[in-house]
Amino acid sequence: MKKRYLVVALILLSFVSLFIGVKDISPLELFNLTDDKVQVLWISRIPRLISIIIAGISMSIAGLIMQQLTRNKFVSPTTAGTEDSVRFGILVSLLVFADASSWVRLLVAFAFALLGTFVFMKILERIKFKDSIFIPLVGLMFGNIVGSITTFFAYKHDLMQNMSAWLHGDFSTIMKGSYELLYISIPLVIIAYLYANKFTIAGMGEEFAINLGLNYKHVVNIGLVIVACVTSVVILTVGTIPFLGLIIPNLVTIYLGDNLKKSLSHTALLGAVFVLACDILGRLIIFPYEISIGLMVGVIGSGMFVYLLMRRKAYEQ
Amino acid sequence: MIEVRNVTKQYGSKNVVENVSVKIAKGKITSFIGPNGAGKSTLLSMISRLLTKDQGEVFIEGQEIGQAKSSELAKKISILKQSNHITVRLTIRELVSFGRFPYSQGNLTKEDWKYVDEAIQYLELTDIQHKYLDQLSGGQRQRAYIAMVVAQNTEYVLLDEPLNNLDMKHSVQIMKVLRRLVDEMGKTVVIVIHDINFASVYSDYIVALKDGKVVKEGTTDEIITRPILKDVYDMDIHIEDIDENKICVYFA
Repeated sequence: MKKRYLVVALILLSFVSLFIGVKDISPLELFNLTDDKVQVLWISRIPRLISIIIAGISMSIAGLIMQQLTRNKFVSPTTAGTEDSVRFGILVSLLVFADASSWVRLLVAFAFALLGTFVFMKILERIKFKDSIFIPLVGLMFGNIVGSITTFFAYKHDLMQNMSAWLHGDFSTIMKGSYELLYISIPLVIIAYLYANKFTIAGMGEEFAINLGLNYKHVVNIGLVIVACVTSVVILTVGTIPFLGLIIPNLVTIYLGDNLKKSLSHTALLGAVFVLACDILGRLIIFPYEISIGLMVGVIGSGMFVYLLMRRKAYEQ
Repeated sequence: MIEVRNVTKQYGSKNVVENVSVKIAKGKITSFIGPNGAGKSTLLSMISRLLTKDQGEVFIEGQEIGQAKSSELAKKISILKQSNHITVRLTIRELVSFGRFPYSQGNLTKEDWKYVDEAIQYLELTDIQHKYLDQLSGGQRQRAYIAMVVAQNTEYVLLDEPLNNLDMKHSVQIMKVLRRLVDEMGKTVVIVIHDINFASVYSDYIVALKDGKVVKEGTTDEIITRPILKDVYDMDIHIEDIDENKICVYFA
């Protein structure tokens, strides 16, 4: 797949995305829009488009970094407990700082995400049995433990409904003023680009990294901070988009390999295109209602996940 | 020169390497031999800073490795371990280009690429340089890793069991490459090796270890003798001179 096809697809889908919705706006009237249509564009459609693109890019890259650092193709924020830790963090922020600003909430969520991912990495170090399927299973179990703690306290404090908002990715609630936190992801993605080579080397293992004079622990920590921060930001603004960080990097790896310098931009573009396509589909299937992005990506993504697992089996034997 | 002084490594209460001192001469192949659990790999890992040592010092050209910056050491000494054999999907050319990381931090200059090209050529990998590592045979993959180390262009090249899992033909090929690295490029090669005959035929110096201690070190001729091998391996090994090589017959 060429990069320019992805760019063309992204531009095309972005354009389409702007003109889908209950309020009928046609591309033909772009230059003589009525006031209310201009407002719909500025307050809802454009913020939605921007958040889709940023979320798609940053979650895919977070997944890629995690897979590289854990040297396991099936590890992602979904399968390493990162997302569950973020939700736990959000719950804690709701309980402890009831009227907290979104910044405080982000900070708490980020701290929990970092801690959760770190714990997962520590578990990983201890596991002797490094089967590539076993590790994400451990991650899922760990995530479910964190998740059940969250559920317990959410029930106790009558916050289940609030929590379910963060459980489920949804772009329909995105509006001007509610998504700007996502912009934090942009500098993080840029840092990921600058560290691309180092992540690739770290992905070859600690001894390999030391041989090349790379400060392995430092690079791993930077990777984990990026992952934790991106995941927190996306869950707080959009909600959970399951499997995204898993399938997109895997698809790109199949045709481009693991050299991050090469695969990072493809991963970013494909992530954005995929989320955008899922979102458009979700808005069209039961128009004028919507199927949320969490459900769309969950359904398509888990199907693709199964495919990747099967493919791996066929490949090994 | 690499000088190892009184180095010790403990796991729990067991000394895996105990008070070992050796000197490794420049421009030679030095082999570490010994039975399983002798501490050969552990010693190699400590010399190359992959493992921290519990006691003692390792000097590379007069500089203690604990005092040196890891990124600077990467220009002087390289280490290939068996566990380097990774599942990452990279092409040979990409892998070799990472050998230039200590110099370029990933932004390779024209000169860096020249080293990469030369290394690929040197290991006769030019035709397959765009293949992915997982598409290669064991021998090709081992050559690709050595090419990376060649591109890294360090004075000292350390290899931990470079012949592991290779057949005879590829083992000979790898040993010849290592010999050429020393004879043509003036590198210093240190290997941990199990096959006593490869050690005997290809190395200049041999360090024989047992139970974490140096039993004996010296030139190949000095070490490949019946009494010393008996001491190291607890086996009575018959030694034959074949084409001016000392070949150990230990099969029966």
